[in-house]
Amino acid sequence: MSMATEVLNNPLELRISDRLAKNFRRHFKERVIEFILMMAALSAVATTVGIVAILLYESAGFFAHVSIVDFLTDTQWTPLFEDAHYGILPLVMGTLVTSGIALMVAVPLGTIAAIYLSEFASHRVREICKPILELLVGVPTVVFGYFALLFVTPMLQKIFPELPGFNMLGPGIVMGIMIIPYISSMAEDAMRAVPMSMREGSYAMGATRFQTAVRVVAPAATSGIIAAYILGISRAVGETMVVAIAAGQQPTMTINPMEGAATITAYIVQVAMGDLPHGSIGYQSIFAAGLVLAFMTLFFNLLGHLARKKYREAY
Amino acid sequence: MQPTETPIKAEARNLSFYYNGGHKALKGINLPVHEKKITALIGPSGCGKSTFLRCFNRMHDLYPGNQYEGEIVMHPDNTNILQKAVDPIEVRMRISMVFQKPNPFPKSIYENVAYGLRVRGETNKRDMDNKVEEALRGAAIWNEVKDRLHEVAFNLSGGQQQRLCIARALATDPEIMLFDEPTSALDPIATASIEELMSELKNKVTILVVTHNMQQAARVSDYTAYMYLGELIEFGNTDTMFTKPSRRETEDYITGKFG
Repeated sequence: MSMATEVLNNPLELRISDRLAKNFRRHFKERVIEFILMMAALSAVATTVGIVAILLYESAGFFAHVSIVDFLTDTQWTPLFEDAHYGILPLVMGTLVTSGIALMVAVPLGTIAAIYLSEFASHRVREICKPILELLVGVPTVVFGYFALLFVTPMLQKIFPELPGFNMLGPGIVMGIMIIPYISSMAEDAMRAVPMSMREGSYAMGATRFQTAVRVVAPAATSGIIAAYILGISRAVGETMVVAIAAGQQPTMTINPMEGAATITAYIVQVAMGDLPHGSIGYQSIFAAGLVLAFMTLFFNLLGHLARKKYREAY
Repeated sequence: MQPTETPIKAEARNLSFYYNGGHKALKGINLPVHEKKITALIGPSGCGKSTFLRCFNRMHDLYPGNQYEGEIVMHPDNTNILQKAVDPIEVRMRISMVFQKPNPFPKSIYENVAYGLRVRGETNKRDMDNKVEEALRGAAIWNEVKDRLHEVAFNLSGGQQQRLCIARALATDPEIMLFDEPTSALDPIATASIEELMSELKNKVTILVVTHNMQQAARVSDYTAYMYLGELIEFGNTDTMFTKPSRRETEDYITGKFG
């Protein structure tokens, strides 16, 4: 029985003509497409949930042996020693100091590069510069690691002769350079999205290009620029190779960038590549460390989210 | 009243304009702008009226490849502001502009109005406060915003935003104000308030306004120029233009036979 006659048999819907009746084939197709799209989106969500679940599960074994208070307050991290200490703070410090140095390099340079590319560079210059800058993203991080160890650190040693071969300054700077394209590219997109009418308003008041860029365009793009910084922070905190190679792998409780230290990521890679038996406490410790790393990234992301909400501009 | 009775503030002399790519958007325009009067530019879309207006503050310099030909002479200094040697920033310091769509900056109401002053290096807070208040009063928006000067300007309604933009353009004491279809994005009530405001402003400043609304031109302007396809077809006293235009094309456009 065709749809039309079905409809016609229902006296209440008599007035629905053949052409207006619900098309079930179209409706079904839409539902199938919607389902496929939803599964694709869910795969990312499921992965995240899975990772967090495994981190929690494995760290539960770790925290059965080590109290959370010790984990968060002890200033030594020596899980592989006879006299084992499980204080995460030295690793957190190492991560924060190297990331801090990286951001001190990447945020100003990335922002300036973005302002130049978006507001000053001619079309031609931008078309040439942007791809070259973005090429930096494609350089494997292990290359950056050796670059830090064998080129930047020796150069820094000429300025600071007492600088040890493994230190946080060199890899921090290199990580910063590595992050520049992430920040500049995203911040530039944000600034280019600012409508031309706003720039014209500024120029019409007699403003220079620089005044327009700094006083009108950048504030209008704040939320996108903050998003760029957050991406940069996440990259720095999560970066592994550069610090594992060039910062030494000695967990040290210090904020002095001239010293070597281990970061959370460097420790994880050290243990994961080593020959510790599965299920041992040393092995489990990397899941606890991973959990801390995940929380740190989450914290920075939340901070960025709040900042973006505060500075969201409607234009 | 004849066009020659009031002094001339600026005057286009044989002005042509080419967009990047060579399209000739203005063809040898000669037009006087009378001091402390409102001159309206009317004509169908694409006739070049906005292009013409934007020559006065060298807005076309922002985009590469645009080219001016001819002169816009500004009085009393008798300078051709289109000369290469003239700094467009200096021109914009003397000739301000109000745009079609309100375009406040992502700043507070106060900072929006103070922008031009800050760009000019003004730092004295007392002077700044006074000038901001004066400009907001001049734009007939002071009473609505005086208690929330430090709120972000995007919270204002469309008509208020446009009056804020007028205050911004007024704060720097310009000699000429350019209005590029200032009411086309506004409702009739907001439009009426902007028109009233323009009539008051002409006591202190010369106004050049582009409008595609002929009633608006008839209501607010002293002089009207009718443009078509990049040419100036007719220029004259607004009353004369709307009652007995001398050119057939003008009459057709005004009476709605075309356009």
